[in-house]
Amino acid sequence: MPIAEKDVTWVKPPKMGLLERLYLPAIAQGLQTTLKHMFGKKVTQQFPEERPQLPPNYRGVHRLNRDEEGRVKCVACYMCSTACPARCIDIVAAPSPWPDREKYPEVFVIDELRCIYCGMCEQACPCDAIELTSLFDLTGLSREEMMFDKEKLLSVFDQTATKGEDPIRTKSGRLSIASEPNV
Amino acid sequence: MAIVYVNDKPVDIGGERLNVIQAAGRAGVFIPHYCWHPALSVVASCRMCLVEVGEKKPDGAVAMQPRVVPGCQTPAKDGTVIVTNSAKAQGAQQQTLESLLLNHPLDCPVCDKAGECLLQDFSYRYGKATSRMIDEKNQPPNKDYIGEHITLFADRCILCSRCVRFTREVSGAAELQVVSRGHHSEIDIFPGEPLNNKLAGNVVDLCPVGALCSKDFLYKQRVWFLKSKNSVCPLCSTGCSIHVDANKDIVYRLRPRENPQAQGHFMCDEGRFDIGYINARDRLKGPLVRQGVRQVAVSWESVIFGLRNDLLDAARREGKSVAAVVSPYLTCEEAYLLAKFTKGMSPEARLYLGWVPVQGEDDTYPKDRQGRPLQPVKFTIRAEKCPNRRGVEEILKHFQGEVLYFDRALEAAGAGEFYALYLTGGYPPRLGEWLPATVVAKLAKVPLLIVQDMFPSAAQRAAKYVLPASSFAEKDGCFVNHAGLAQAIHWAVRPGSLARTDGQIFLDLMERRGLVHAETLRKELAMEAPFFAPLRDGVLGDLGIRLAV
Repeated sequence: MPIAEKDVTWVKPPKMGLLERLYLPAIAQGLQTTLKHMFGKKVTQQFPEERPQLPPNYRGVHRLNRDEEGRVKCVACYMCSTACPARCIDIVAAPSPWPDREKYPEVFVIDELRCIYCGMCEQACPCDAIELTSLFDLTGLSREEMMFDKEKLLSVFDQTATKGEDPIRTKSGRLSIASEPNV
Repeated sequence: MAIVYVNDKPVDIGGERLNVIQAAGRAGVFIPHYCWHPALSVVASCRMCLVEVGEKKPDGAVAMQPRVVPGCQTPAKDGTVIVTNSAKAQGAQQQTLESLLLNHPLDCPVCDKAGECLLQDFSYRYGKATSRMIDEKNQPPNKDYIGEHITLFADRCILCSRCVRFTREVSGAAELQVVSRGHHSEIDIFPGEPLNNKLAGNVVDLCPVGALCSKDFLYKQRVWFLKSKNSVCPLCSTGCSIHVDANKDIVYRLRPRENPQAQGHFMCDEGRFDIGYINARDRLKGPLVRQGVRQVAVSWESVIFGLRNDLLDAARREGKSVAAVVSPYLTCEEAYLLAKFTKGMSPEARLYLGWVPVQGEDDTYPKDRQGRPLQPVKFTIRAEKCPNRRGVEEILKHFQGEVLYFDRALEAAGAGEFYALYLTGGYPPRLGEWLPATVVAKLAKVPLLIVQDMFPSAAQRAAKYVLPASSFAEKDGCFVNHAGLAQAIHWAVRPGSLARTDGQIFLDLMERRGLVHAETLRKELAMEAPFFAPLRDGVLGDLGIRLAV
């Protein structure tokens, strides 16, 4: 059933005054905003030429630490993959080739796309082998490329070990002895 | 009538000969223990089960013993008073744990036992959070030479000597012993005499800590990832109750499940370590149909449709020329469906019992060092290497009044009596090629040969229809062991994406709708066949139901 004519209320736009019809005050108002931003404090950062200052507890890409002899420090205990809420850590353990350890990770893969960067792997690790770094701008051309394996995660350690910013701080105070060997 | 008072609660233990641990268990009070095991002798060496014990005199007065005593070594009798929650008893437990942990390396993150370790559990429940040990821990070296399947992390050992007593009392050859004394005590073997008997794997389950580990399972999975299903070992007719531990559709290990009706506490290594075939790559994955000289993969719909029509045509022409061979590796429910389907096509169709593998003679334990069996027998590995011959025989008896054996089927096939032969297998590969070339030559004379098996074989290549069979870990049902005990098996892993379970194939061929539901089928079988009548509730429980012998 169509709507009856008597039920329809027609609304007209309010009439504009002379000043409003000139549009000039509105233009001046707009220019004022533009000028304020032109000469005010700049907030845009020129990424990637300019690197942002991240808060010290920013949680970025993981790294697998090396021990003093340059071997992977992880003992493949699966605590991180047990704690992981996104189930993105895949480990295959094997008897270790070194006499001072019983077990080591033959395969250690983190799906960086699936990861939610909560940092619980780092908290769960009993030997400070996995840590989150401040690296945030990871890119890849395929999903496979974003599955970071053991070598890739160790190379993140090599990149970040001497930068002084990593590992990230998830609590106040000092990190464990493993992460701050020279303190 | 014997009344025992556990933490002031009276409990009647009847006329049974129980120790204090068992009597307290009747009252629902758990007394922690390491060295005591119901199947082994009592040594009271771990001191974990220390409790206060006393006696209630007829006049009501209670006389407590002045010191704590090991519960495993103290018999419970009428009027025994057991106190486990006093400061004295709890202090004794705490001190025992502190002493056991003096030299324990606490390497739980890399220890395979973590998650099911009694040292972890009891430390959490009865122990202290800290250790007062300030000296260096005693760390004897690992011994990976203990046995073919067994490795020893000597530093984790708490010297409960369960493994030593097991090799002396159950497996018999006494390969393990405690060497050196006091602080330096270690578990070891005699040089060059490793622990390689067929029950060796049980020491891994017996070990309350992570000292004895299975080389096959070492570092494969953390135990909390595993999902456990109750099942039955299919490798011999003893039918040991087991747990199947699997994760992400891979079976990682089998463990014995205590069942006094079936095998007791243990299982043999043949069954325990033969799990590789379940996830083997070369298993038949989906249905194949012969087109010309080649067998091609086709969809289930077309296979079921074509196979059913071919079989029905053959049965209509001549019922006698259709036969099914019912494998003793099928569950009772599956055997029932196959028998019903075959007899439903034509009452003249014949049913044969599949190949019953027999290897050597029944192998009984304990055995002495020369391998001579000793009395009393505590464990038997049976020569009949299949789980369900009894069940299948009873189903065949029900459907055709007699059991026709496999060699008769081969003779008849050689004589050209069959037009259609439905051959079910599902034998694990360790039993060898179950159809040698001479047999396959006979089978090749059957125009409509259907082979349902797990692995490629000569018979499979000669078949017109090939259907993938499922292993025991992939299906639900029940097996009847040598003594007539029906036990349920439950699926732990899914069959491959293209495969269907044996029972589902039979259901589809019968054009019965829906999925396999073992309980419903079991009820149906119990209604029909009097031998299976005790299963009429469909539920078998954890221990199974004994059928008429």
